[in-house]
Amino acid sequence: MTTLTEAPPAAPEPTATKARSRRKLTPYWLLLPGILWLLVFFALPMVYQASTSVQTGSLEAGYKVTWHFATYWNAIAEYWPQFLTSILYAGLATLFCLLLGYPLAYLIAFRAGRWRGLVLILVIAPFFTSFLIRTLAWKTILADGGPVVGVLNSLHILDVTSWLGMTEGDRVLATPLAVVCGLTYNFLPFMVLPLYTSLERIDPRLHEAAGDLYAKPATTFRRVTFPLSMPGVVSGTLLTFIPASGDYVNAQLLGSTSEKMIGNVIQSQFLTVLDYPTAAALSFILMAAILLMVTFYIRKSGTEDLV
Amino acid sequence: MTDDTTRGDVRLSGIGKTYGAFTAVHPLDLTIPEGSFFALLGASGCGKTTTLRMIAGLEEPTSGTVHLGEQDVTALPPYKRPVNTVFQSYALFPHLDIHENVAFGLRRRGIKSVKKQVAEMLDLVQLGDKAKHKPHQLSGGQQQRVAVARALINHPRVLLLDEPLGALDLKLRRQMQLELKRIQTEVGITFVHVTHDQEEAMTMADQVAVMNAGRVEQLGAPADLYENPRTTFVANFLGSSNLIEAEIAASSGDTLALRAGDGKLSLPAARCSAPTGTGEKVLVGIRPEKISLAHADDAGEIPDGRNRLTGRVTAASFIGVSTQYVIDSPVCEGLEVYVQNVERDGRLAPGAEVVLHWNPEHTFGLDAAQAIDAGVEKVETDSGEGAGA
Amino acid sequence: MALLVWIRRHLVVLAGLLALGFLILPNLVVLVFSFNKPKGRFNYAWQEFSTHAWQDPCGVADLCGSLALSLQIALWATVGATALGTMIAFALVRYRFRARGAINSLIFLPMAMPEVVMAASLLTLFLNMGAQLGFWTILIAHIMFCLSFVVTAVKARVMSMDPRLEEAARDLYAGPVQTFVRVTLPIAAPGIAAGGLLAFALSFDDFIITNFNAGSTVTFPMFVWGSAQRGTPVQINVIGTAMFAVAVICVLAGMLIGNRRKKQAA
Repeated sequence: MTTLTEAPPAAPEPTATKARSRRKLTPYWLLLPGILWLLVFFALPMVYQASTSVQTGSLEAGYKVTWHFATYWNAIAEYWPQFLTSILYAGLATLFCLLLGYPLAYLIAFRAGRWRGLVLILVIAPFFTSFLIRTLAWKTILADGGPVVGVLNSLHILDVTSWLGMTEGDRVLATPLAVVCGLTYNFLPFMVLPLYTSLERIDPRLHEAAGDLYAKPATTFRRVTFPLSMPGVVSGTLLTFIPASGDYVNAQLLGSTSEKMIGNVIQSQFLTVLDYPTAAALSFILMAAILLMVTFYIRKSGTEDLV
Repeated sequence: MTDDTTRGDVRLSGIGKTYGAFTAVHPLDLTIPEGSFFALLGASGCGKTTTLRMIAGLEEPTSGTVHLGEQDVTALPPYKRPVNTVFQSYALFPHLDIHENVAFGLRRRGIKSVKKQVAEMLDLVQLGDKAKHKPHQLSGGQQQRVAVARALINHPRVLLLDEPLGALDLKLRRQMQLELKRIQTEVGITFVHVTHDQEEAMTMADQVAVMNAGRVEQLGAPADLYENPRTTFVANFLGSSNLIEAEIAASSGDTLALRAGDGKLSLPAARCSAPTGTGEKVLVGIRPEKISLAHADDAGEIPDGRNRLTGRVTAASFIGVSTQYVIDSPVCEGLEVYVQNVERDGRLAPGAEVVLHWNPEHTFGLDAAQAIDAGVEKVETDSGEGAGA
Repeated sequence: MALLVWIRRHLVVLAGLLALGFLILPNLVVLVFSFNKPKGRFNYAWQEFSTHAWQDPCGVADLCGSLALSLQIALWATVGATALGTMIAFALVRYRFRARGAINSLIFLPMAMPEVVMAASLLTLFLNMGAQLGFWTILIAHIMFCLSFVVTAVKARVMSMDPRLEEAARDLYAGPVQTFVRVTLPIAAPGIAAGGLLAFALSFDDFIITNFNAGSTVTFPMFVWGSAQRGTPVQINVIGTAMFAVAVICVLAGMLIGNRRKKQAA
């Protein structure tokens, strides 16, 4: 019934081996430009910075590598309060992000129904307004004598935060609380999205199975839902803590001069004071501290996950 | 009309594939006659899919050659081979509609006017009205037919089918088996079909190669394989078999007299694939449906010259067309017997003493040196390491 | 009592909505205050309703110039990062090669590094090289930090691709180039688009790295930063709100078109 049209006949390829060795090189060609970019503009700068941190000299006379490690000790001696402040604020912001973000991610994943798309858009959409403009809006929200401060005051919450040293008198703006609030706000989507991704992967039948096996809702959450969402918790906390610890925008815009974080110090050393060795040393210490904490955290959460 | 004077057989010579230390396919020779419907049958991991992929050119053989007719295609990449594949779970391009999926091969070969051909091909698989749909809007059976159309429209010398019906439910699978068989008869192209479903292989194929652990165990027409299995694997994998350990007591002409425990059985010498010297051990095989069952009280009514064994019914399950009995005999435990539900004997309940008897011509003999349970479908019982976590 | 039970049952939903409100509140403030007519230089306290800023969004010196510059940089950074990132993603998923682990870490590290560290070290490099800070140094920095995010987005998509689709293409007479253009690329497109969008958003909104490496060039976030010191014009609220609206409209339009297509096809 049909005529068999022959597929194009072809002689065996004599160049087969040549093609194979060319194929072996393909990944390297694909990697080359991007990896080169990262090496030159990410890795190499780290080397330059390491070198700068052990140089001495002045702007006018120029700098020389003198292996002057004292810069590090001086930097730590002088700026350890700012390091501690950074870690404290970033830690608090991460905690608040988790407390606020988990219910929101849970809501989107399991309770939103047909509103899921809309709620997701509402979580992502604020991104499209510059984060600096949105951070400035908190100046209005937290303004002295404004409704937010009024409510907090009448609920005596400000008394508690005052006692904890997070606020002063009946002000919120230009206090640590305002900075932590700004950090929480800015990095909340980075907590919600990974949490949502890992919650969404959980088969809802697992909840039914847990209920069927005599687990109360709270137990189901503690024994099933939360452990299964651990990957989201880990990546969410990292995505929140790391940028928050190096941030200086919130401290600058919402805090007072006494709430300086380490980012503010690095920024002013580099761009205002022009003390490059100290700035480089501070930046290096921050990087090392973050990498250490992150490694420790991943190890710890990773193993606990398996038990 | 086709008038190919050269034979278009697929010839695999010494073809083998190893991954590091693991041998997926031991070097094998296989000739698939032109125009046949050929099945590669085996459990998962037996090397059947690897063999198919080597014919397609998607896997490079470690040794050996692939010939299509007179042409050596071993070194050709898949896109230069006149061979097309229907992939497992179909691999339809999700971003193209059905028309473009089917036209894909034609367009790549530079054929401009594809409309008529595609329409004809979609009619052949009865999907003419679905041309503008995307694959995900079609049911499993429809997707399967698109995959067949997409391959067939190129008029390949050989059509390769990799578990094409695996994702369909039982009823649809039956329907598609007949459908594929119809299409094959209509277009006359060689089909090579990989499956783990022995029923599917037997229904559809003219020739079946049973594969196990990277080797072809036996090759033949379905009925021949079923009636004359030559290994315990084939005997157990294709349908099921009762295998009884026995010893050759004497041989007279073309009949072997066997001793199994204190029972006596006979076996045509021609149907024994094991050495037939006196005193040799053999495995006596008999298919469950060839056995008749008589209550011990009626033992006297069994005609002479039939093989017989005594036993006791341990289980009976009613299947509809037949009743399946499990019978423990002193010679062998757990013998299976299928009895057609024509006239049911109410006495054949568990505990009843019975006599099993069958025509000696239906008996086959296998080499006792192989595992008696090769190819038996096992229920997974291992608890693995994950269980304690 | 009934109220308490109701609250208990819907506690999660209520807490989630509270968090959502926390996220959206500043956008509402930005919107409302784009209609303010402030006394003095700062737009933090409500005075009276006015549409003057909407009628003249470019009425502040340098504002629209910085916006145009930011858009331009974001566009080129997206093109660069998406091209380089897609290539890396394909290499990582599709090929086996040496130094895989090292390359994975090199891609992961920029995402696990506080921005201020990257910003400071990059500035050190530029100062040492004696590079002129400005458009090009900003673009280089943006491509650098967007790259990893593109790789992650594209990698996820390519990994979830059924390798049989490409095998099917090769089986149907498509050579390596044809296979890539006709099958691989169209199927990977959503991942590449997601990576590109992410790069655009990250680049457009970046402040910290830009602030270190911009010299005297002023991008839109830098303009906002500066105005927080000197006085915030109402126009930045107008632009913030407009960008928000454009983004939401684009997303909604995309969803509507998607829905209609689905309906038409069904």
